Amino acid sequence: MAKEVVKEKEKKSPMKRWKEYKSSAHYNNDMKGLASGSKNFIVNLFKFATIIGICYVILAPVLGIIASSFFSNADQYNPMVYMIPQNPTFERYTLAAKRMYYFKTCGLTLLYSLTLMVIQVVICSMVGYGFARFNFPGKKFLFACVIIMIVVPTDSIMLPLYMSFKNFDIFGIIKGINGHAINMMSTTTPMYILTFFACGLRSGLYIYIFNQFFRGLPKEIEEAAFVDGAGVWYTYFRIMLINALPSVVTVAVFSMVWQYNDTFYSSLFLMKSDVIVSKQLATLQANIANFDKIMDPSIQQLYVSAGIVLIMLPVVLIYVFLQKYFIEGVERSGIVG
Amino acid sequence: MSKEKTSEELKVEMLSQMGTKADELEIKEEELTEKQKAKKAARYEREKKRELKFAAKSEKRMASGHGGKSSLNTKRMRHGYLFILPWLIGFVLFYVKSLVQTVQFSLSDLSVQPTGGYKLKFVGFDNFLYAFRVDPQFKQVLTSSIGNMLIDVPLIIFFSLFMALLLNKKFKGRTLVRAIFFLPVILNADAITSAMEMSRAMMTGGISSSAAETANAASGIGVDYYMKLLSDLALPNKVLEYLAGAVERISDIITASGVQIIIFIAALQSIPSSMYEVAKIEGATGYETFWKVTFPMVTPHIITNVVYTVVDSFTDSKVVDLAYKTAFDQMNYGLSAAFSLISMIITILILLLVVKIIQKRTFYYN
Repeated sequence: MAKEVVKEKEKKSPMKRWKEYKSSAHYNNDMKGLASGSKNFIVNLFKFATIIGICYVILAPVLGIIASSFFSNADQYNPMVYMIPQNPTFERYTLAAKRMYYFKTCGLTLLYSLTLMVIQVVICSMVGYGFARFNFPGKKFLFACVIIMIVVPTDSIMLPLYMSFKNFDIFGIIKGINGHAINMMSTTTPMYILTFFACGLRSGLYIYIFNQFFRGLPKEIEEAAFVDGAGVWYTYFRIMLINALPSVVTVAVFSMVWQYNDTFYSSLFLMKSDVIVSKQLATLQANIANFDKIMDPSIQQLYVSAGIVLIMLPVVLIYVFLQKYFIEGVERSGIVG
Repeated sequence: MSKEKTSEELKVEMLSQMGTKADELEIKEEELTEKQKAKKAARYEREKKRELKFAAKSEKRMASGHGGKSSLNTKRMRHGYLFILPWLIGFVLFYVKSLVQTVQFSLSDLSVQPTGGYKLKFVGFDNFLYAFRVDPQFKQVLTSSIGNMLIDVPLIIFFSLFMALLLNKKFKGRTLVRAIFFLPVILNADAITSAMEMSRAMMTGGISSSAAETANAASGIGVDYYMKLLSDLALPNKVLEYLAGAVERISDIITASGVQIIIFIAALQSIPSSMYEVAKIEGATGYETFWKVTFPMVTPHIITNVVYTVVDSFTDSKVVDLAYKTAFDQMNYGLSAAFSLISMIITILILLLVVKIIQKRTFYYN
């Protein structure tokens, strides 16, 4: 009897077993797991394909420029060479750096944008703090003016700005002393003045960021400082500014990079090209054609791409070093209202 | 004994030395102090005065009781004005003055004097009429840049929201991807972009030509094929044009949405996780969670992003180029001011309209 039972069990055809399995609860569970697993896989695949594709769109021109800056003449004329040079040279960089007076100009530009950055951070954080923590009549109206500053494009006031710095005067005082107004064109002074009075490059945005961030900080910090006898300025410089480090980093990187890249103000105030490195780039091609008698535009182009890489380098380095703090800072700080 | 003696001797010696030292010191003090004493006294007096002042102040404060609060408030008020003072001066001196002057210039004919100054001749609305009726470029440039903006802004917003959703979740290499996405903001230099464009225009031989050819070939076939497919679906022409425009500017859109993505990521991270837990407990699907939790919580930031995008696209637009050229190449300052003013007014109108429309549908959590 027992043997027969065993035999019957063994006899169960695979079809029958499959049917049993299909009608059991296990089947449903397993199928669900499989379906969700494959769904997840497809979604992930789609996600990574999108991300990688978009990263490619962003990086492709940069990679192309970096690659072509290493091309030798033979590589440039050889249509089979794509992206990876056969005989890489460093000559493009040496000549481009020489013709752009790279190290001197770049140092001056970095100094210029660094000082402006410091002024920008101090002044804008001060103004933002003033709006965030003090109550005074007309505060709402004045803050609306800050918003107007962000919204109104600087381009619409470029003409009067040009005029007022070409004949710089404060209510006729300077004219009274010197006999004529100061012409500030082709110097960097107008930018320093504008930044000091919080009207520089995107100062409105920075004020807004700082304002939002200071409003998010707990009031107890200041109250404790006040009880301990700290004055308003001491509280601001030694306590609040240090607590606002994420937004300070954000604004610092933004203002540094945008100032370094800026061409609007530097061309409006006709700044000299030995202070602004990006202006050297505009004349690089002509300089190489004139001084080095390299007449083939496709070869000249290689020098220009080397120049672009040279100009991008400091900014990218700053960004790479501060990237982690920076993105965290943007996320934690006040851009999000 | 000898030891004691010696010790006594030592003591005597020490004492005598001390005495001489003290004498010396006294002498020195006598020599020096006439000046120093005066100084010391002055310092002492000052300190005393300060203490007295402080005491008086605190007494006052104590005496006035609750009344002291108002004086504190006025003090804080004054400090508030002090804090915003640099901005206030700059705003009045440069911004307001410049805006007024722009209006003034746009209403007049400006001629630069050889002495360095300029002369204004009031001409009324002639510059505006000229801009709209006579100028060959302005109307075209204005409409095209507004059209571009109308196409770009919604695309940038949708794209950046989408990307923020993708990048918000944790995966390997997330920081790297975020860094790459923010790269266009960092490399957003006019000099670099113009040099890149120049290099694209002058592409001959080598990598560039072959890459350009393949790119052309690929995009040519692709876009045409899909356009045909879509027109077979009998979609209206306007939609088709929009889609074609979107495909054409895909790289522009990607490079223009760095800041927006970051803002949206921050917004997504500020949503309390308890909301998602509740949604999960209630049995909401992913789709429902997005539309009922994530999207409403993000809407306030859509306004921020729209404002940022519109302003950004207008500062980069060709109207600005045109205004710059008319001012500094053709020396027609009045007309340039009119151009700037018109574009500014249109920007602000568009912003107001868009913000109002979105604000109606915005959900405020607090």
